[in-house]
Parts: sequence; structure tokens; C-alpha cells
Amino acid sequence: MTMTRRDLLGAVGLAAGSAAMYHAMATLGHAQASTYQGRISLEGTPNGDRVLVLGAGLAGMTAALELRAAGYEVQVLEYREKAGGRCWTLRGGDTYTDIGGVTQTVAFENGGYLNPGPWRIPYNHHAVLDYCKRLGVKLEPFIQKNHNAYLHRSDAFDGKPQRFRHIATDYRGHVAELLAKATNQGLLDAEVTNADKAKLLESLQEYGILTDDHAYVASETASEYRGFEREAGGGRDGAPTASTPLSMEQILQSDLWRWLTDAESVHHQSAIFQPVGGMDMIAQAFAREVGDLITYNAKVISMLQDEGGVTVRYENTTTGGEPVEVTADWCVCTVPFSILGQMEHNLPAEKSRAIDSMYYEGSVKFGLEMKRRFWEEDEDIYGGITYTDLPIALISYPSSDYLSGGKAVLLGGYVWGAAAYEFNAMQPDEAVKWAVEYGARIHSQYADEFAGGVAVSWHKVPWVLGCYGIWADRDRDYEGAVTMGSGERIVLAGEHLSYLPGWQEGAILSALDAIEQLHQHATNR
Amino acid sequence: MTRIFTLLVAGIAIGAASMTAWAQGTDAPAAPDAPETSDFRMFEPTVEEWERFRSAARITHQGGEAVYNATCAGCHMPQGQGAVGAGKYPALANNDLLAGAAYPIHLVVNGQHAMPPFGGLLDDQQVADVVNYIRSSFGNDFIAEYGEATVEEVAGVRP
Repeated sequence: MTMTRRDLLGAVGLAAGSAAMYHAMATLGHAQASTYQGRISLEGTPNGDRVLVLGAGLAGMTAALELRAAGYEVQVLEYREKAGGRCWTLRGGDTYTDIGGVTQTVAFENGGYLNPGPWRIPYNHHAVLDYCKRLGVKLEPFIQKNHNAYLHRSDAFDGKPQRFRHIATDYRGHVAELLAKATNQGLLDAEVTNADKAKLLESLQEYGILTDDHAYVASETASEYRGFEREAGGGRDGAPTASTPLSMEQILQSDLWRWLTDAESVHHQSAIFQPVGGMDMIAQAFAREVGDLITYNAKVISMLQDEGGVTVRYENTTTGGEPVEVTADWCVCTVPFSILGQMEHNLPAEKSRAIDSMYYEGSVKFGLEMKRRFWEEDEDIYGGITYTDLPIALISYPSSDYLSGGKAVLLGGYVWGAAAYEFNAMQPDEAVKWAVEYGARIHSQYADEFAGGVAVSWHKVPWVLGCYGIWADRDRDYEGAVTMGSGERIVLAGEHLSYLPGWQEGAILSALDAIEQLHQHATNR
Repeated sequence: MTRIFTLLVAGIAIGAASMTAWAQGTDAPAAPDAPETSDFRMFEPTVEEWERFRSAARITHQGGEAVYNATCAGCHMPQGQGAVGAGKYPALANNDLLAGAAYPIHLVVNGQHAMPPFGGLLDDQQVADVVNYIRSSFGNDFIAEYGEATVEEVAGVRP
């Protein structure tokens, strides 16, 4: 009998349970990096049960949207004056005041923007994509890998940036040649059968663009990949000139190969997207659905549960006055642990341990507006990323509005580690000055074209106090933190409670799991 | 990063005062083949600015005040006054919790709550220096009564 794929999966699922099913699906190419199962279904909601959601980021708004749809009465408390949390975009006319009280006014023109937080949506982040589809958020390709962008190290090639295609093609060619040599010299005989040897050599020739003698040399074929010295034309003088590869020693010693696989992980490989006009188009779309449930400018100061329900107190940050007390049957708390750890709460010990031991990573981003798209006009770079060992770490070119005139905004740096702490300690104008200095070492045009910039350091962002959560001991604390124990009225959610930390997908998946547990508690009372 | 430093300290575009500062530096590298110009394109760095971004892996500033200004000041603020948002960064100014050295040493090395551990970015001397700096600045005056933080104490709290 013939078995369809669906039959096979059904049989595996029945016989072996869902774990085996998952592995079978992964083998057949269905299951991907995210475990999203499609739109959540919460049936049989108790009449009138009231839920408080703390935080109107993507986790909180996902919870609010689905819980209301299921029949719960929902109220969301949000510290900020608007929804989105780290799903956030800065555009011309916006202001941003950091925790030190320093306000930056963004003066970008032509729709230019900076996404200080998340900026990409991989094809396998099924939940984010599904909500974009449901809520009508328009996506466009994000250029992650650009063969014509640069790889740069201050101590390699005299500090001159190298085209990605040169380093990638030459690295591959030299490695393939070496492996072919070893194979031909019989050095791999213990590892490879004669039949495989023939195939290996054939594949290396194709993969590395080698000659029939398995050498990687200057050739028209290799130039089809690394680029020609003189590009192909038409008519008179149309013939191209082959380019000369860099030597293996140059490539290896440059350390530029360190970035060659950056776009290959499942969270970065193609296809990868961005919302048209800025990441907060997702936040705005959610807010159109659930904005009427949100109380803004509400700084939560305590969250207490007992067997009857949940009591939350918050201060109104604009009007001041006595704290407001609100009660509910249930609570979904998406407050980052950096802040929850400072609030009064009576969560059980294993949750407190997770909250108190999670620290928050620092990170800094720069939006630099340039008077023209010199990367396109002068250097044929359309979107994508240049990597550097300078403290800015990278420059990302806008993946939109190509070839348009006027000003445009670069991501002038995306910084982690020691450099992020140093930038965090600077005032924004000073940090921008340094980002411009470092960028100018890659693009000399910065000197003439820089118009203005904005810096966002996540440790200074008043509503998170950091970029994303790092577990002190995830193996020890994770299950206790994400599980709504029997008798509990509060469930925790957010990117920090996922295996996709710092990704919006993690925030949404965490929220869906949280409300599923909440719903089970509510319906099994 | 070493290369950047090499280039900029050897640069002729940099003033004499700065050259003096470099000559007194603790780990000034030799620059046998340094080019004729500084790597700096957009501004001429001050002595203090020269010390910035010297390593991708560590904070390289020396002395308590320099370490504080290059890292801690970002959250605890330049005068140690702390900051308040949805949560807060505690003020270090006039803070009795800094009386003994053990507590701030532990916090700096291992982190606590949302504060990240800095043990991997600072060596024992830097930690001792910055702890002594905050214990003797911003209205704090704890060294005479409670003693200095030492590198041995710092080494002792590393995990």
C-alpha cells in the first residue's frame, strides 16, 4: 500500500507520542525553529472572570487579545504612555527620555527610523508571522546577507574594508583546494571510500570553483562568484577581466572569516523580514485591537495573590496621588524580572529565586541619518550588514526605499559586551560622536554626509533597565518560573521566559503558554 | 583593538599633551610600523577619550574614578545619585550599605538582581579601586573606619 506523508505522521503520532511525532516532522521538514501550533483555542471560559495583564509589550498584548476573545474581562496596566514595550521604533518627531532624564529629539526625514529593539523576523518565527498576517502588518524582506557589503578589521588589510564576496569565495576556494589535495595524496583514505572519494573531489571542484587539477586560481569562473576585476559589458570592450583571489594566508590571518556564517543560523538565514515602516507597526496593530483595554502611565508597585484572586497596586505617573488598587481573578505578569524583582510580590520561592538571579544584558544601537545614500550611490550596497571589530560591531543599511533621493538612516552600530557598558556610561550625543568616528573608518563619506543621530542604550531604557534577561541557572529555575502552580493566581510571561530570549517570538510563545495554563486553572476550579 | 590604539598613539595629529599621557600609560604598545596619521577621522581625542574602547573583551580604564565613569556611571549616574524608572538603580551617594567592602565587592564581581556581573570585565585591582572609589565619594567616607577593599578580598569572592 502507498502511504502518504499525512498517513505516516498520523501513524507515528499514535504509536509513539508527540515527541516522536515532532522528530518525524522535523525529518520531513515541517517542524521548524519555533513551536507555534497555530491560533490558540480557549474554550469554556467561566463567565465574568477578570484578568489583569501587567505590561503592554507583545507578550502582554497577545495575552490580552486572546483572553478577551475567549470571553475574559481583561485590563492591561502599562508603565509607558504607549504600547509595544521593546517592540519600538523611533521616527522623526519622536522624543525619547532615558532613565537619566536626558531627552533626545529625533529629526529623521523621509520616513527614516531606528528600531532600538528587535529589527528582524525570521521565516521560522511562526507566531510573529501569524499575528502579522492576522493583524494586517505588511512585511518586506530584510537584507541580512549582502555579498557586496564589507567585512572589516582594523588590523587586517591595513584597515581597508573587504567585500564579503571576496572573503567568502576565496575562503571556500582555498579550503576546497586543501581538502582536494589531502584527498588526492591519500591522506584521507582511512576516512573515505574510493567511491566517495570520487564524489568528494567532484563536489569540491564545484563548491570551491576549482580547476580540473583542483586548484583555486584566478579564473573567469571564480570571478563569477568573487566578482571581476573589470566587469562584463556590452558592445565594444565588453569582455570582462578575471580578478585575482586573495591568498589563503591573507584570508586566514585576517580573521575576517569569523563573520562568514553569521547569516546562516536559523534565526538569520533567508527569508527574513521586517515590517514596512518600522518594527512598532506590530505594536500599533496589536494596540488597535486591545488599546481600549490598556491603562497607560501605570507604574505597578505591588502584586499579591491569595486563594481568592490577585490584588495589584499602581501609581499613575502623570497625575501622581495615592496608589490605585485593582483586583482580579487572575493575572498575567509580563514585567521584566529587572523590575519585577523590585516590586512587592508574594510569588513562591522558586519563582523569586529565578526573578532575583536573572540579570539583564546591555546593548546599544545607533540610528545615524546621512544626507544621501552614499552606500548605494558610491559603493553598490543595497541593504545588508557590514561587520567590523570596531566597537560599533556593525553597520546595517536600510532594507527599504532603495535608490531614493534625500536623507536616509543607517543602523550605525549594534553593540554588546564591554563596549556596550562604555557607551552606556556616555551621554547620547557623545556616544553618537563615537559611532560616527568609527563608521567613518569604514565609510569616509560620513565626514561630509552625517546629518544627525540618536543612541539608545538598553540599560538606560526606563521601562526595562536592560536588553534581555540572562538566566543565572536556567536548568535549575526555568520550569519553576514558567509553570503556574496549583493554587496560583499569577502566571509569568515574556521573552525572558522562553528559549528564544530577546526575540519577539519568545515573548509571544511564552504568553500563549501562560494563558493556556491560566485557562486550565480557571476552568478546572 | 590593540592596533587602533597603536595607530592613534603614534599619530602625529595628536597633541603633545596627549603624547605625554600615552608615554605614562601602563601598557603602551610599541609601534614600529605605525603610519603617519592617527586613525581618528572625525575629532581629536582628549587624554580621557584615548582610554576609551581599548578592548572588546574588558574594561581597560585604570583607577577607581576612571572605572566608575566608564561603566558604573551609566546606571548609577555621574554623581552616584541613582535613577528611577519602572524600576530603579539605587543611589550610591550617602549609602550606608557601602560601609563594609565585602558587599559592594560581591555586587560588582557577581552582580545582583538585574545588575550584571562585572567580574569578567574587570580585574581584581580595578574592582578594588572602584569599590574604594564609591566608598569614599558621593558623601561616603567609609575607608578610614572600615578599611580598604583589597585585591585579595576581590579574588576571594570570584566564583
